[in-house]
Amino acid sequence: MTDLRLVIGWLYGSKMNIYGDRGNVVALQQRARWRGIDAEVREIGMGEAIPDDIDIFFWGGGQDQEQVAVAKDIAGAKGDAIKAAVENGAALLSICGGYQLLGHGYQPHDGEMLPGIGVFDAMSVAGPTRFIGNVSIESPTFGSLVGFENHSGLTTLQGETTPLGKVLHGHGNNGTDGTEGAIYMNAIGCYLHGALLPKNPHLTDWLLAAGLHHRYGQEINLEGLDDTLEYQAHENALTRT
Amino acid sequence: MNKSSFDPRLAISVMSARFTGTAIRLVGKGGGTAAPGLVAERLDPGLLTKLGTQLEHGALVVAGTNGKTTTSRMIADILQANSWKVVHNRSGSNLVRGVVAAFVDQTSNGGHIRGDVGVVEADEAALPELIKRIQPRVILLNNLFRDQLDRYGELDTIAKSWAKVLQTLPAETTVIVNADDQTLVALSDDIRARRICIGLNSAEHQLESLPHAADAAVCRVCGADLGYRALYLSHLGEWYCTGCGRERPPLDFAASDIHLHGDQHTDMTITDTTGSHQVQVGVPGLYNAYNALAAAAVASVMGVAWDVISPTLAAFQSAFGRIERIAYQDKQITMALVKNPTGFNEVLRMLTAETGALAHPTMICINDLDADGRDVSWLWDVDFELLAQGDGHLYTTGIRGADMANRLKYAGVPVERIHPLTSELADAFDAFIADVPAGASAYILPSYTAMLKLRKSLADRGVVQEFWEQ
Repeated sequence: MTDLRLVIGWLYGSKMNIYGDRGNVVALQQRARWRGIDAEVREIGMGEAIPDDIDIFFWGGGQDQEQVAVAKDIAGAKGDAIKAAVENGAALLSICGGYQLLGHGYQPHDGEMLPGIGVFDAMSVAGPTRFIGNVSIESPTFGSLVGFENHSGLTTLQGETTPLGKVLHGHGNNGTDGTEGAIYMNAIGCYLHGALLPKNPHLTDWLLAAGLHHRYGQEINLEGLDDTLEYQAHENALTRT
Repeated sequence: MNKSSFDPRLAISVMSARFTGTAIRLVGKGGGTAAPGLVAERLDPGLLTKLGTQLEHGALVVAGTNGKTTTSRMIADILQANSWKVVHNRSGSNLVRGVVAAFVDQTSNGGHIRGDVGVVEADEAALPELIKRIQPRVILLNNLFRDQLDRYGELDTIAKSWAKVLQTLPAETTVIVNADDQTLVALSDDIRARRICIGLNSAEHQLESLPHAADAAVCRVCGADLGYRALYLSHLGEWYCTGCGRERPPLDFAASDIHLHGDQHTDMTITDTTGSHQVQVGVPGLYNAYNALAAAAVASVMGVAWDVISPTLAAFQSAFGRIERIAYQDKQITMALVKNPTGFNEVLRMLTAETGALAHPTMICINDLDADGRDVSWLWDVDFELLAQGDGHLYTTGIRGADMANRLKYAGVPVERIHPLTSELADAFDAFIADVPAGASAYILPSYTAMLKLRKSLADRGVVQEFWEQ
């Protein structure tokens, strides 16, 4: 098949982009481009509807002030559209604040609970301490993943949502049950900043493959790339504790 | 406190602290810039307040994410040129204990401070405590950028702590704010202290859009999107709110006609209520135009004349490692500290200003120790895409050199131009220098602890001075 294309929907790119999360969008776009796949990035901001042809969603973390405004904006039709896209096989990566609002909700220290859209069967509450540091996890689907966590929210999973992986180093979802992140169909949520995708290229390629499957309704083999620099960064991050 | 009175507790803590500093330097453990402060603090917690009140012209405090070391050095140089004796934490040790150590270092064993004006560079997190203890005459707030968030928590936390302490200031205090930063304006909108606004009017140095590293695109007061009549650096510019109608207040000191001479120096005009003043700044880059404007405003408010301010800024040389020119073998090296996305963006803007591309071999050294920020994700907020064009080769080193090399690849730099070197800085330096052609120029861009380590290695080779000797 020639002239493949993908559409990446970047949720609240200008409001929720903290700790280098935009690096994930860069990684998706570049790894598509290096294979001759045209990857268009569309920012979906406040008050803007979800386009109906998004193959891969990305939603990063934000500061408290921004998260409150975004929670209001996502409620209702917009959230329903994202949920429907995920049920329809669209790929999704969310980090930190985005991850929290994709669960049932986030209860901050003070103020009302911010309702989420329920893609993940998960609940988050503000915890007493902030978890800050390098994280490595072992995922049954992806193997080793490395990132950097910086959150006080504690997330607990329930029902059909399974953890992304087991924490080898760091705190993960809540610091107690040894899990990190969530995966449901082709949607992933986690606390891994870093940026995550550039030094975990196997995860990037999984999202690209899922996105292509969503668009073309069939498996499309991704051409192999030279990932020497990517895995040097991955290995290097594993040594930082 | 009366200058002639003797305070035994103060005297003992001053002497103990001084002994600690000397001992550290004698055993060769570094500059001993902070430990003496810890000792003095423990013996007399009121020490800073006691010493501060002895200063005839009072003290001023400089804070902000970027430029505080450079700006406070500019101010100290100007005050010194004004024949005042300056007490200053010049080495950039800017937590409470570092300030205490610097004050103690410039105090007699009897507890009398040897100076008549204090210049205090304050860490963002330490600012409220330093203001409480020093009760400064003038406070300069330079900017608030996203820095090492894993150390401070989020920007909001710092902004809230600053707002709280600004509310406590008496009417006699002057707060000078960079009005191009909407957050600083919001924090100082209804304080009792006198507010002086500074900023740029520089049509020739506008950015087309907010850089990725920029923090605050929404109004601090009403949450609506901010617009810019002119955007200069990160989120700094002539802003207005699209919701509540707030806008940049009128400027008391404005810099205009700014001419950037590559990586060398800068010319500009500063206009205040008395007229326009031509100023040359001895250091390059638009960020240093902001620093020089701030320093000039502080000095002017303190009563220093423009014919003292202008020549001092022209002669100004940068603080250690900020921008440093080093001759090594027959090669010209420019070393510029990079410690956060905004600072890094401005350094890249300066290095590519002449031709639009990177002209010389460049080594980037990234560490992830506490003082660098343990989270290297900030590299993803720097616009390295600027380096994709051109033929300057890029070398990477430091504890997280591998992350840096990978970042360059994703910025679109061809892998043939990316050379990952050993993480050991001294060895990487040798390998890098060997690749720089004879007689050519080169750039080194280190993060904070990488800069200290690299300087130490260069000092051991007799190439640069150790920083506490400066």
